[in-house]
Amino acid sequence: MSSEFKLAFQKTIPIMAGFAFLGMTYGLYMNQLGFNFLFPTLMAMTIFGGSVEFVVGNALLKCFNPWGVLLLTAIINSRHLFYGISMLERYKNTGWRKIYLIFGMVDESFSINYATKIPETIDKKHFYFYVTFLNHFYWVMGAMIGGLLGSLITFQIKGIDFVMVALFIVLFMDQFVNEEKHFNSVTGIVLALGSLFIFGPEYFLPISMLLMVGVLYIRYRKEEGQ
Amino acid sequence: MTFTEQLCTIAIAVLTTMASRFLPFMIFNGKKPTPDFVSYLGNNLPPAILGILVVYCYKSQLLHSSHDTLLAVIAGLLTIGVHLYKKNMLISILVGTLSYVALVYLT
Repeated sequence: MSSEFKLAFQKTIPIMAGFAFLGMTYGLYMNQLGFNFLFPTLMAMTIFGGSVEFVVGNALLKCFNPWGVLLLTAIINSRHLFYGISMLERYKNTGWRKIYLIFGMVDESFSINYATKIPETIDKKHFYFYVTFLNHFYWVMGAMIGGLLGSLITFQIKGIDFVMVALFIVLFMDQFVNEEKHFNSVTGIVLALGSLFIFGPEYFLPISMLLMVGVLYIRYRKEEGQ
Repeated sequence: MTFTEQLCTIAIAVLTTMASRFLPFMIFNGKKPTPDFVSYLGNNLPPAILGILVVYCYKSQLLHSSHDTLLAVIAGLLTIGVHLYKKNMLISILVGTLSYVALVYLT
């Protein structure tokens, strides 16, 4: 087993726990809406975006509304635009893997691939690929198992989903402790809190990221002027 | 909705999601030099995004303060504490999650 795979596996263990739980919840949800297990499995494989899959699963039972689905998906997923801008440099020179890296750029893969300090001996492009692949794999497996077992799943441990919260806290902390200036990370939190209370839970994510771009533009112009 | 309409709905979700992920790479594809400000964003946006994602995790607890808000905040602070002390991602996440599960069951 390559050292790249080992590191990627180690870094994604929390995501395995989180995605197994959330993926199964999603499969179970689709099962209870009356769908064959192939629906959650294939949707997990092709859309690969947690909250959109729940929304689309629900929309499948209503009247055909292509523009509605397009708009909703665009709103939920517009945050990926900002991930893409952040990964332009890092995903350069990754060869054929690049298409897959971009395809699989969910919150978790972006965060791990951005925040992990990769040792010199590790080939970055392999590490990025394995992280993306493992996260995809965990999510699809979870959705498939949830869809297959459906109501057979009787056990339920409350609170396991906190693993994702803890993951993002730890990634943020690593960034915070290691950065020289805290302006960006603190401003991000402040803008997110403000937008959450002003614009509500559906829209605050893209809005706060857009506001952050605005703040950075002002700073950029200032630095340029100096 | 017919089966074909269902497939169309899923296809729209797939294409829209892919557009959100591929667009930046298609626009700034390296054929022309990437604008300075975009590179500047690439360096300065991620710390803010990580902060925004932490708030995202807490959105429902923050909007509806309840018993769970307190538990999630305690477990979050524990995660931070253990992480500052041990600096080991897996241990911090394990302790944070187990303490949250324990709090949910005990209180």
